[in-house]
Amino acid sequence: MAATQVTGTPGEETAAQAAQTEGGTAPAEVDSAQEGHDRPLEAGEAVEEPQSFPVTVIVRRYDPEVDDEPRWVDYDVQMFATERILDALHRIKWEQDPSLAFRRSCAHGVCGSDAMRINGKNRLACKALVKDFDTSKPIYVEAIKGLPLEKDLIVNMEPFFDSFREIQPFLQASSKPEKERHQTIAQRERFDDTTKCILCAACTTSCPVFWTDGQYFGPAAIVNAHRFIFDSRDEASQVRLDILNDREGVWRCRTTFNCTDACPRGIQVTKAIAEVKQAMMTGVKL
Amino acid sequence: MADQSSVTDGIHYHQHDVVIVGAGGAGMRAAIEAAPKASTAVITKLYPTRSHTGAAQGGMAAALANVEEDSNEWHTYDTVKGGDYLTDQDSAEILTREAIDAVYDLENMGLPFNRTEDGKIDQRRFGGHTRDHGKAPVRRACYAADRTGHMILQTLYQNCVKHGVEFFNEFYALDLVMAEVDGVQRVSGVVAYELATGEIHVFQGKSVVFATGGFGKIYKTTSNAHTLTGDGVGIVWRKGLPLEDMEFYQFHPTGLAGLGILLTEGARGEGAILRNASGERFMERYAPTIKDLAPRDIVARSMVQEVLDGRGAGPHKDYVYLDCTHLGAEVLETKLPDITEFARTYLGVDPVTERVPVYPTAHYAMGGIPTNNDAEVLLDNETVVPGLYAAGECACVSVHGANRLGTNSLLDINVFGKRAGNNAVAYAQTADFVDMPTDAADGVVKLLAQLREGSGSENVAEIRKALQETMDRNAQVFRTDETLQTALADIAVLRQRYPNVRIHDRGRRFNTDLLEAVELGFLLDLAEIVVVSAINRKESRGAHMRDDFPTRDDENYMQHTMAYRTAGEIGVPQEIRLDWKPVRVTHYEPQERKY
Ligand SMILES: Cc1cc2nc3c(=O)[nH]c(=O)nc-3n(C[C@H](O)[C@H](O)[C@H](O)COP(=O)(O)OP(=O)(O)OC[C@H]3O[C@@H](n4cnc5c(N)ncnc54)[C@H](O)[C@@H]3O)c2cc1C
Ligand code: SF4
Ligand code: FES
Repeated sequence: MAATQVTGTPGEETAAQAAQTEGGTAPAEVDSAQEGHDRPLEAGEAVEEPQSFPVTVIVRRYDPEVDDEPRWVDYDVQMFATERILDALHRIKWEQDPSLAFRRSCAHGVCGSDAMRINGKNRLACKALVKDFDTSKPIYVEAIKGLPLEKDLIVNMEPFFDSFREIQPFLQASSKPEKERHQTIAQRERFDDTTKCILCAACTTSCPVFWTDGQYFGPAAIVNAHRFIFDSRDEASQVRLDILNDREGVWRCRTTFNCTDACPRGIQVTKAIAEVKQAMMTGVKL
Repeated sequence: MADQSSVTDGIHYHQHDVVIVGAGGAGMRAAIEAAPKASTAVITKLYPTRSHTGAAQGGMAAALANVEEDSNEWHTYDTVKGGDYLTDQDSAEILTREAIDAVYDLENMGLPFNRTEDGKIDQRRFGGHTRDHGKAPVRRACYAADRTGHMILQTLYQNCVKHGVEFFNEFYALDLVMAEVDGVQRVSGVVAYELATGEIHVFQGKSVVFATGGFGKIYKTTSNAHTLTGDGVGIVWRKGLPLEDMEFYQFHPTGLAGLGILLTEGARGEGAILRNASGERFMERYAPTIKDLAPRDIVARSMVQEVLDGRGAGPHKDYVYLDCTHLGAEVLETKLPDITEFARTYLGVDPVTERVPVYPTAHYAMGGIPTNNDAEVLLDNETVVPGLYAAGECACVSVHGANRLGTNSLLDINVFGKRAGNNAVAYAQTADFVDMPTDAADGVVKLLAQLREGSGSENVAEIRKALQETMDRNAQVFRTDETLQTALADIAVLRQRYPNVRIHDRGRRFNTDLLEAVELGFLLDLAEIVVVSAINRKESRGAHMRDDFPTRDDENYMQHTMAYRTAGEIGVPQEIRLDWKPVRVTHYEPQERKY
């Protein structure tokens, strides 16, 4: 099924009303319960409570123990504008169908567990807010593409981590300093962007080259190679450049920018790949 | 060494010298010590890089004195005083002394710390960290922007890759196996459930390290991940081993209002200020010397007090503001980029120009599995369980006493994670395997069957929500006997409902429905211990603030709580016996705690 792309306008809404947590409780509850403390509103003050509204979420379900093929299933959930798509999935799991399987942990975009395809675009479910979607239409949610589908929204991450491990993602330095190694602010800044990666795979699984050729290292592995190649303390840049000079390395990249668009950490992925390509041709400039 | 494994009656058996449960900061720091020296398995319910250490923001304390004069003795004093004199002082001395090398270790492993003008590791201010015994705030927190935990987790994982550490990802440890050898209880291994297949694995180990993190999900409003359900602490508890100081749960002052997502104290370290509805910098009244940089228990309490006194902000007057507007876009974007984004994304508030609504959020367990300074797990006040270790947030050494200082936990996981790894491998090099009882997996098989085949009508999510709500309402920043008794009664009812939960997913693959039910069982156990321990402590100390006993009572309570389980299979009411353990004092006599 082709999912329509919906563009949101984050930040356009007026400053959010106190958002609701997963159970739907405003913070007021905490205090009013303590010593039965009710906080009267000031005279004439009216509080506009945020209103929930129905949203249709259509999830691509697949359980290889019973299904031959994945199938799309509709769910209607009540949502607040400031809630996350992850909250919608939880509401489905906790109130309608507990068998729905997906990964998640931190719920605020730092652990990288819940990359998925939402309306055809790779996002973290915990960073995609309901208000960023046109909720007059259904929201489509499916697993990221290009990795083996295991169940519902869960894919096998091993091939992804294998590529990461292959680029020798650890500092290689021969000196054994007594204290810390020194690095100037500018040297540290040089690779700052690529240190933000949370290995969520949103970039790699949005890449058309990766979809057709699962052997391609993919943007995430290159991003993590970049993080070391441009670290002034590291001595193995050439080794990593050689690894990525491979058939399945950086030259496969066709600069479609999908990865940069997909990255929930705002990493300039395409730029990082370009810098690695450049380093192969002209050497590493620190 | 590769994994040695076999399958008997559908159960997988593995053998490793060292078995580590948990791949957060503590577990991986241990693995880096153990793996090069002995066959080591790391069992983790999350992919290592998904662990909640990665959410830590502000920094890691060490008196490097890179930017101003500092000493680890000052750091010890702050840790002891911050812990409201419940900190074991010899442990705090170890923590602060080994802090320096812990930071250098990480830097040498590749951690990209922020730098000073002369290329050294930069340091920032944090709550409760002071120069010369409380004179003024000191710059002690080593940091990498506001993603220090992320960088620690990544760096440790990178080094585990380097050392070829063997991970069993998405394996849920559900039981600890112990056996008696010559009259002594020793550790034999761990039983785990593989998420992908639903199969059971028994890991025999000469030594076992628990590093399973915290249990913030007993509360509703929390900075903790969904997966922080205290499994490891619960497993140890169910074995009849004690838990220490469970009533001391930390509420971090600055959670995004209504959401609980954390904004690091590093923001205040960089100069941000807390204000009430009228814009007053209220911390000046509560902690005149160090104001917004007072320890968390004091700041959280002050915020709640402001709200209770009607000075809260917002339509419901139920939060206060964190004001970063005077810091300027430059500082926010470069030193605090992540939290700036959190406020923008989740509240639609831009910290550069607007004050951010904040309220305390359940954050950190000071209590947990009691250990000695060698990270060995205790079965009473002194006796260790040979071969069993614990480190990180699941453990209680106790370096944090009644209230942890910010940046001391990332420190703790590194210092005691390393100690646990070293000691576990040293033990494994001299000890033999303890025979694995043939029925080792029975407990887990039974637990899962009971849940899976239950025909009740109760819903896991509903029970969990009710638990979290009563904990938020009744066992939060301020407590009284009355609120705690209410929580206890609520928990008793929920425990009765629990055996009737219905699992809808009858499949074997990625059955997160089943695992959420298992996790709920641990949450119920732990919440009850928190409440029972809190009822028993009739004083106020650190994070444990009893409105009905508002002062600290050193004469009766300057001691650790030790809780023991005396009964409580599934469906049977838990019986808890409480005891005390003395605090180890070296140099610091308890004083009134003023800032
Ligand atoms: C938002 C936030 C910010 C923080 N900021 C700071 C800071 O700036 N400075 C500071 O010092 N501290 C900070 N802390 C506290 C600190 O980050 C944590 O206390 C610390 O990281 C805990 O590390 P850990 O290794 O003990 O546990 P975690 O990192 O939580 O790891 C737990 C591990 O156990 C595994 N596990 C759990 N249960 C099981 C099971 N049943 N079977 C198998 N594996 C299991 C998980 O998979 C995971 O790998 C912060 C905490 C939070 C929540
Ligand atoms: S580069 Fe961005 S999208 Fe790719 S894995 Fe890292 S964080 Fe995810
Ligand atoms: S749940 Fe952690 S990134 Fe979304």
